[in-house]
Amino acid sequence: MPIDILMPALSPTMEEGTLSKWLKQEGDKVTSGDVIAEIETDKATMEVEAVDEGVIGKLLVPAGTENVKVNTKIAVLLAEGESADSIGSSAPAAPKADADTPAATSDAAGGKARQSAEEPTAASDSKVPAQPKLDVASDPDIPAGTEMVTMTVREALRDAMAEEMRRDEDVFVMGEEVAEYQGAYKITQGLLQEFGPRRVVDTPITEHGFAGVGVGAAMAGLKPIVEFMTFNFAMQAIDHIINSAAKTLYMSGGQMGAPIVFRGPNGAAARVAAQHSQDYAAWYSQIPGLKVVMPYTAADAKGLLKAAIRDPNPVIFLENEILYGHSFEVPKLDDFVLPIGKARIHKTGKDVTIVSWGIGMTYSVKAIAELEKEGIDVELIDLRTIRPMDLPTVIESVKKTGRLVTVEEGYPQSSVGTEIATRVMQQAFDYLDAPILTIAGKDVPMPYAANLEKLALPNVGEVVQAVKTVCYK
Amino acid sequence: MAPTKTASVSGRKPAARSATKTSSKPAKKDFNGGIFAEFNKDQELTAYRDMLLIRRFEEKAGQLYGMGFIGGFCHLYIGQEAVVVGMQMALKEGDQVITGYRDHGHMLATGMSARGVMAELTGRRGGYSKGKGGSMHMFSKEKQFYGGHGIVGAQVSLGTGLAFANKYRGNDNVSTAYFGDGAANQGQVYESFNMANLWKLPVVYVIENNRYAMGTSVARASAQTDFSQRGASFGIPGFQVDGMDVRAVKAAADEAVAHCRAGKGPIILEMLTYRYRGHSMSDPAKYRSKDEVQKMRSEHDPIEQVRARLLEKGWATEDELKAIDKDVRDIVADSADFAQADPEPDVSELYTDILL
Repeated sequence: MPIDILMPALSPTMEEGTLSKWLKQEGDKVTSGDVIAEIETDKATMEVEAVDEGVIGKLLVPAGTENVKVNTKIAVLLAEGESADSIGSSAPAAPKADADTPAATSDAAGGKARQSAEEPTAASDSKVPAQPKLDVASDPDIPAGTEMVTMTVREALRDAMAEEMRRDEDVFVMGEEVAEYQGAYKITQGLLQEFGPRRVVDTPITEHGFAGVGVGAAMAGLKPIVEFMTFNFAMQAIDHIINSAAKTLYMSGGQMGAPIVFRGPNGAAARVAAQHSQDYAAWYSQIPGLKVVMPYTAADAKGLLKAAIRDPNPVIFLENEILYGHSFEVPKLDDFVLPIGKARIHKTGKDVTIVSWGIGMTYSVKAIAELEKEGIDVELIDLRTIRPMDLPTVIESVKKTGRLVTVEEGYPQSSVGTEIATRVMQQAFDYLDAPILTIAGKDVPMPYAANLEKLALPNVGEVVQAVKTVCYK
Repeated sequence: MAPTKTASVSGRKPAARSATKTSSKPAKKDFNGGIFAEFNKDQELTAYRDMLLIRRFEEKAGQLYGMGFIGGFCHLYIGQEAVVVGMQMALKEGDQVITGYRDHGHMLATGMSARGVMAELTGRRGGYSKGKGGSMHMFSKEKQFYGGHGIVGAQVSLGTGLAFANKYRGNDNVSTAYFGDGAANQGQVYESFNMANLWKLPVVYVIENNRYAMGTSVARASAQTDFSQRGASFGIPGFQVDGMDVRAVKAAADEAVAHCRAGKGPIILEMLTYRYRGHSMSDPAKYRSKDEVQKMRSEHDPIEQVRARLLEKGWATEDELKAIDKDVRDIVADSADFAQADPEPDVSELYTDILL
């Protein structure tokens, strides 16, 4: 069978080109790799190589023809023993330059070629399927009579890692100063002594590199906990977090993912200025393929970190240096694991809903105490997980209260609060009795001076005022 | 083991491992520079067939790209076949392979099916990633192929992580991380080198020096153009290998892999190779002369070298080689037919495989 040589597309966007020159003539023998013609596109002059062996039987498009559509037959190649006579009448004349249908449906193209990029196919014609709903379990019941132990967030995080490392040999922790130094913020205190240097790995100061090593180990089936001394430094590693960890499951058609936890302090500490004071919740919350957790209490820190370590997906676990020393009650249970993706109602109320998370909760907790004195009964929701976001819990609350304020430390533009506000507006508009207000950090790099730093962060007064505003008081 | 004269890569230092050593002490005695074993008949035939499969597959991929069946970017491996085929001949079950975006050859060499790879290129459901990854993002857990990475240099840290897992588990598997002369200038490469030798991780860094990072020649982008030396400041031994001669590659790979399995840490193999085609399908390759390309093709082609030896030694007749050629063409044609006939992924796949 003679082989049709078609006008090739040589870039993702090329639709037509000029056949500027034939380098082989009728009767010439070619082998694969031989340049047979030159074509010009709007970008460049490109060479057309033969893919098969044979003899050029017929040149169908003369040199110099402009606007030759991709996939037009431009020549016919004959195999050994075939003659030009065997080229049937099927060979079309030179294409009409003004034809606006791409010649993609020629027989030789198998009936379906470049059109797949240009015209909707049956598949892309269909409606976008609905995003599946995520089923998230409720918090486990804590049996009556369970002893509550007061501990700091720091201790809770350490205990969570230690328990999971005892439970699963594949879990290890790596990062700067996690082993010998016992953790820059002492979160990994004692882990080296219990688990040894094989599983508690001090890394050089090389975030991009060790994040990649961690993701590679996770792709091979280990379950790394990668500690960033702070999330500010994880910007060096963000390519691996997003491009390598978050996307691999999808890009591999579900074959392999990265069961890995990236954790460390996030957001402003105190007086460390712009480069060391940034909240990344909104950044990571945008990425499909990641889970983003941001606990406030010690119990949530423990239960959610254990869940994060067991989770087969990459999890961003955003801690806070100021919260490390805060103490909370933690149930004394052998295996206290909380569901990722479930908000916690910190306090029920009927007048107005505040949604907050992480360090934002500290402002909110103080604000609701003040507001109570003024007779405003706030329902305070601790979101706990930023992605996947437990919007149903927020919407249920808004249906009851009709008013919503969000509180976070991150920058105001495209913040987690604005995302919540958008979705509540879309899904519960009829229940709102007031505009949603979003309290966030100010739209400035974090200043060093104590007075300016205080101004840059949210404060209790702002939260109180926002609540009063939405209550029209 | 007989000393063998190899075709050296034109315009460069003479072939292979005789050329350079790093300052690292253990390296010198580990490598018996310049000497490598001739292939036996079976090895020659295997190498011939495997390289030819990659060559024909890539030619077909280029053709399907031209016809619009393959979209986006498509980076062909034509000319570099000896590197991955020679390396793969030295690996064993469980050894991992990871590379960048010029990855079709690596996938075929690890034994991934031509149908699955081609169908991924056309974005069909029978592709290795169900059509959701494309040319640059394909994986096979079964064949220990970890991608297929579109971010230049990312595979070096990831490949080091695969080696970390081997060491953590205490097995003797080796990770092979391929990257180009362009990626060799990325910062994370050196972060990875540092950790790999600090922790003695079993990883072979295979630098495929094809002389051009997209359109920028090595000389225009690299202060140190001897990439085998790039690990010197971390104490990683490195060697230059004639990447157009599959025997030289295999011999270097044998020694490198043995070095890793013995717990001696990482090693660098700089493969002096050449890509015949442009960087991607839309690259007219005006940054080099036609003569340069033609010279490499006519004098150093990795497949022609093997073919000539097979004929010369009487290990195969023209007809027998033709039969192999036909067999390979049939596999490629079948993969192309499959990749065109296979349906696109079901729309329900849009939201699958995001989280487990």
